[in-house]
Amino acid sequence: MSMIEFHDVNKYYGKFKALKNINLTIERGEVVTIIGPSGSGKSTLLRTINGLELISSGQLLVDNHDLADPKTDMNRIRKNVGMVFQHFNLYANKTILQNITLGPEKVLKVPHVKAAEDAERLLGLVGLLDQAHKLPSMLSGGQKQRIAIARALAMHPKAILFDEPTSALDPEVIGDVLDVMKKVAEQGMTMIVVTHEMGFAKEVGNRLLFMADGEIREDSNDPREFFRAPQDERAQEFLGKILHVD
Amino acid sequence: MISILTAHWSELVEGMKYTIGSSLIALIGSLILGIIFAMFVISPNRWLRIIGSVYVEIFRNIPLLVVAMFFYIVMPRFVPGLDGFKAGTIGLTIYTSAFIAETFRAGIESVAVGQMEAARSNGMTYLQAMKYIILPQATKIVIPPLGNQFVNLVKNSSVLAFLAGFDLMYQGNLIASTTFKTTDTYLAVGLLYLVMTMPLSYLMRYLEKRWSRLPTV
Repeated sequence: MSMIEFHDVNKYYGKFKALKNINLTIERGEVVTIIGPSGSGKSTLLRTINGLELISSGQLLVDNHDLADPKTDMNRIRKNVGMVFQHFNLYANKTILQNITLGPEKVLKVPHVKAAEDAERLLGLVGLLDQAHKLPSMLSGGQKQRIAIARALAMHPKAILFDEPTSALDPEVIGDVLDVMKKVAEQGMTMIVVTHEMGFAKEVGNRLLFMADGEIREDSNDPREFFRAPQDERAQEFLGKILHVD
Repeated sequence: MISILTAHWSELVEGMKYTIGSSLIALIGSLILGIIFAMFVISPNRWLRIIGSVYVEIFRNIPLLVVAMFFYIVMPRFVPGLDGFKAGTIGLTIYTSAFIAETFRAGIESVAVGQMEAARSNGMTYLQAMKYIILPQATKIVIPPLGNQFVNLVKNSSVLAFLAGFDLMYQGNLIASTTFKTTDTYLAVGLLYLVMTMPLSYLMRYLEKRWSRLPTV
């Protein structure tokens, strides 16, 4: 049973086709990175997986539930699929610890003490145990994003979606966030990561999707090979533009 | 003015009791109704949105006096025992709730969309996200405009005077018409309204400062 299956999925905004005929199967434990020029539909694709965007046609199965089926409980899907946002979106009215425990306590009905213990373990994992009682506004971007990852992990999800997790960060803290993501990947988490971090795509990802104009133009199980010799013309052009400084 | 205050102290205090009573009931009632209708107006459900918008637009755009008169003149035909005080308080509650709904709607909409997306992605239901994440943040934002609404509410409660609601303005009218000391009487009444509204203004300002420091509201 696959984690995520797209069958002929289309997504329109009015007349604009954001996703064109997407067919994609993601297995458990895969670390999939999605790259491509802006406006290519990467984030839209990601956001359909937990129902933040609804698909216009086709079939989308997440954890074997059809998202278009009105009987599907979206909240149940979201319990199992975490999300990390470009702009962190930590709960501004909650402390760091509460940011992590709120979901488990209110959604999974985990007792407070247990949720707090688990949160402390996760704060240790992301290296921010000393920040537990601060407010999000007191943290730097890099720290916020590590907390956002801990918040997603606290739900013990089956997969985590990352929507450009390092795009809003200062260059010197990107490494800290990527290190945490690498740890999560090493624990066998299914991850789908929209990113501009080609290093991460190459080193940590075990599958790479290149998107352009709402289509998956290249789907590679060997990211290193993709970067060495992209097949798709648009991918060649894209890599040519971003890698010329290296 | 001092002589009016001393000579008619008991009536004026009696009037203030009714004014405070009506204002307190209307304050709590309009806060509850206002939040409910704000939730309707921003609801994902189309029918709730329509109901909410119609409610807000109707009661926001009819003069308070007309709303209050409706409950005083028309409603007693269907609801027995609706005296001036009750009718006025209901009118005041509903009228104010329309403004509070608008205040809360604006407050809720000013909380970043990302907060709702994060809460939903965290597995929370729409109502849980509202309760734990959106409304606490919105409340902090709406405290200053809400303070204005509450002060307006106390002042607007003087509409009860037209419905024999026994409030401060009503007593003032009586005193003025029996003593003919209109200037002194209404000066005294104005002073007593200030005595009631000023502390409320300061309380709201205090809450505003205090809540802006609190992590969880």
